[in-house]
Amino acid sequence: MTIALGQNQGTAALGEPGVWQRLKTNKNWLAFWFMLPTAVFLIFFLAYPLGLGIWLSFTDARLGRGGVFVGFENYDFLRDDPIFWLSVFNTLLYTVVASTIKFAVGLYLALLLNEKLPFKAVIRAVVLLPFIVPTVLSAIAFWWLFDPQFSIISWSLKKMGLITANIDFLGDAWNARWSVIFANIWRGVPFVAITLLAGLQTVSPSLYEAATIDGATTWQRFRYITYPLLTPIIAVVMTFSVLFTFTDFQLIWVMTRGGPVNATHLMATFSYQRAIMSGYLGEGAAISTAMIPFLLAAIMVSWFGLQKRKWQQGGDND
Amino acid sequence: MNHFTRRALVKGGTALGAAAALSGPALMDWAKAWAQNAPWKPEKGAKLAMLRWKYFVQSEDDAFVKLIAAFTKATGVPVEISRESYEDVQPKASVAANTGTGPDLFWGLYSLPHLFPQKCMDVSDVANYLGKKYGGWVDSAVKYGHSGNKWICIPICYSGALMNYRIEASNKAGFSKFPDKLDSFLEYTKAMKANGLPGGFALGHASGDGNSWAHWCLWSHNGQTVDAQDKVIINSPETAKALEYAKQLYAQMIPGTAAWNDSSNNKAFLAGEIGWTNNGISIYVAAQKNAPKIAEDMNHAYFPIGVSGKPTELHLMYPVLAMTYTKYPQACKALMAFMLEADNFNPWIESAKGYLTHCLNAYDKNPVWTADPKATPFRDVAKRTLTAGGLGSVGEKAATAIADFVVVDMFANCCTGREDVKGSISIAERQLKRIYR
Repeated sequence: MTIALGQNQGTAALGEPGVWQRLKTNKNWLAFWFMLPTAVFLIFFLAYPLGLGIWLSFTDARLGRGGVFVGFENYDFLRDDPIFWLSVFNTLLYTVVASTIKFAVGLYLALLLNEKLPFKAVIRAVVLLPFIVPTVLSAIAFWWLFDPQFSIISWSLKKMGLITANIDFLGDAWNARWSVIFANIWRGVPFVAITLLAGLQTVSPSLYEAATIDGATTWQRFRYITYPLLTPIIAVVMTFSVLFTFTDFQLIWVMTRGGPVNATHLMATFSYQRAIMSGYLGEGAAISTAMIPFLLAAIMVSWFGLQKRKWQQGGDND
Repeated sequence: MNHFTRRALVKGGTALGAAAALSGPALMDWAKAWAQNAPWKPEKGAKLAMLRWKYFVQSEDDAFVKLIAAFTKATGVPVEISRESYEDVQPKASVAANTGTGPDLFWGLYSLPHLFPQKCMDVSDVANYLGKKYGGWVDSAVKYGHSGNKWICIPICYSGALMNYRIEASNKAGFSKFPDKLDSFLEYTKAMKANGLPGGFALGHASGDGNSWAHWCLWSHNGQTVDAQDKVIINSPETAKALEYAKQLYAQMIPGTAAWNDSSNNKAFLAGEIGWTNNGISIYVAAQKNAPKIAEDMNHAYFPIGVSGKPTELHLMYPVLAMTYTKYPQACKALMAFMLEADNFNPWIESAKGYLTHCLNAYDKNPVWTADPKATPFRDVAKRTLTAGGLGSVGEKAATAIADFVVVDMFANCCTGREDVKGSISIAERQLKRIYR
């Protein structure tokens, strides 16, 4: 009797686990619990601010005070705002030129560092230096290098007798653009170089050996082995590089504050200028929101770049 | 020529400033006596928090800390001071005003109280008390201090920006006295450039120096951003004249001013690269320390007078306000009054070495203004300044136009040749119309 009763009780408890019990033990729910912290983090720190930013762009919010919904008013104003379009032009120029050069120089450096060199470890560490220095510090250094009165570049050229007056690096619109682009390239090359180097080292040496035996030239080895195998990592590196460059803020803000006469304002600095300095949160948010399509496009490129080719999984390369 | 050193300034200051002699125990005794007789008795258990702009001169902050310590000893009210760079006080105060929590007192820039006048405590009694006791307020302080017919803040001081110039080079250029008219100033800049020591005004986004000279240039030609009703009137022949004048000045400036920020002209002047610019007294103070020859060979002057025949300068005002949400309004008022009492204010403003100028007429007598004649022009900046927004209101809109560099960019557009006069004005007009809508 006693045993039977015990068995009956046991069956009842096993047969109908409580809701809580099921939430605790069910495998599907378990996965949910594991994902929850990340989801909460992403929602609070990424999705919510992004959503709020987009919402703000449709309001006339000012710094420190809520706004009311104004529809596309902010966008309408920006559409006819020459400074906004100038900032779009600057951002695209900055991103395209800087990213292209960063890629070219970075890839070259990576190939170089992949060769057998004396003091390889030291050289690799040195290459990383610009990336390690805090951006603001390097920006201040460049600001001094390009100073209208105290530039060491102007000073040296003058001493060498090559020029007679100081170069107006940051006071002339185009000079200023090239100067900030140069600073960005200097800072961004190590990231590209080191990441591509990591990619290069995953390429199996046997492929090169086989190609060499088949009589492939250096160029052919690069074109038909290195480059295809490096494509996925190039896609990732360039996506990040483009995203970082497109949203750059510190370099510009420290070196030019968007000047001279807005000639180096990027969308990010222009957004900050309007939202925080002038207090027009709504308009600043609209400028930031206008960056999203460009950023999405960059991400899409990477997404397609990352699609695995069939041949990489052993299929035909058709 | 006057040979004044810092030592002479300090010596003169102590000799002349009887009030300045109050320090240590004497200050404490005076503070206690003041607290007993003051019209404002702090609430029981009161404690205050104040957010102020971050000091430019360490000695000013030291004197301020002393002053606050004396207040705490005399009244028993602890005061917690926090400091932010002057551009950051405004957003923090705005958030505090809207959420109803935060420091009791904010000490920020010119238009701060006008962003939320209804959240600022009425301090008319304090302002009237101080005005009566200390020879009255200067006009610009009255305008900044008032919303409707009540005082919503106490204007503490100004930070002035005037012409800085090299004496010997100016003499050589044929100007034994710094030019005081627009035409003669243009001639002066030409002569200086011809002699190999040009000058320069900042045309980059220099919050202080850029705005100060650009507004002077606009106003000195009777140009205005808005009229008394805040209607945008920038598109005028006067503005065009101001721009044409600025363009002529620009041709005489050292190359690179389009990239200048607030510190660029200081560096260039101290390195002997330029012979004239607009700035606070900071170049002079730095020169006394590190380049005594330049300090000896430089002086300050008012901006030249324009077509109206009156000064048209723009200087930076620092008002202090108390929030209506404070639990201790009497303590706030007591502190505001205490700060501006002669026994506190005199040593404090002296410690600022001319960076800061009073708004109460009686303090014209402070020895800091006469011990070194080179500091004297800064004594008058509160009397000479126009208010942010010119003819218009001093509120949020004027502050936004300044923060957004509308006028500076208009001048920069024209001077650098990016836009013609018409184009420069129309860009500024469009921005202003949005700000003042």
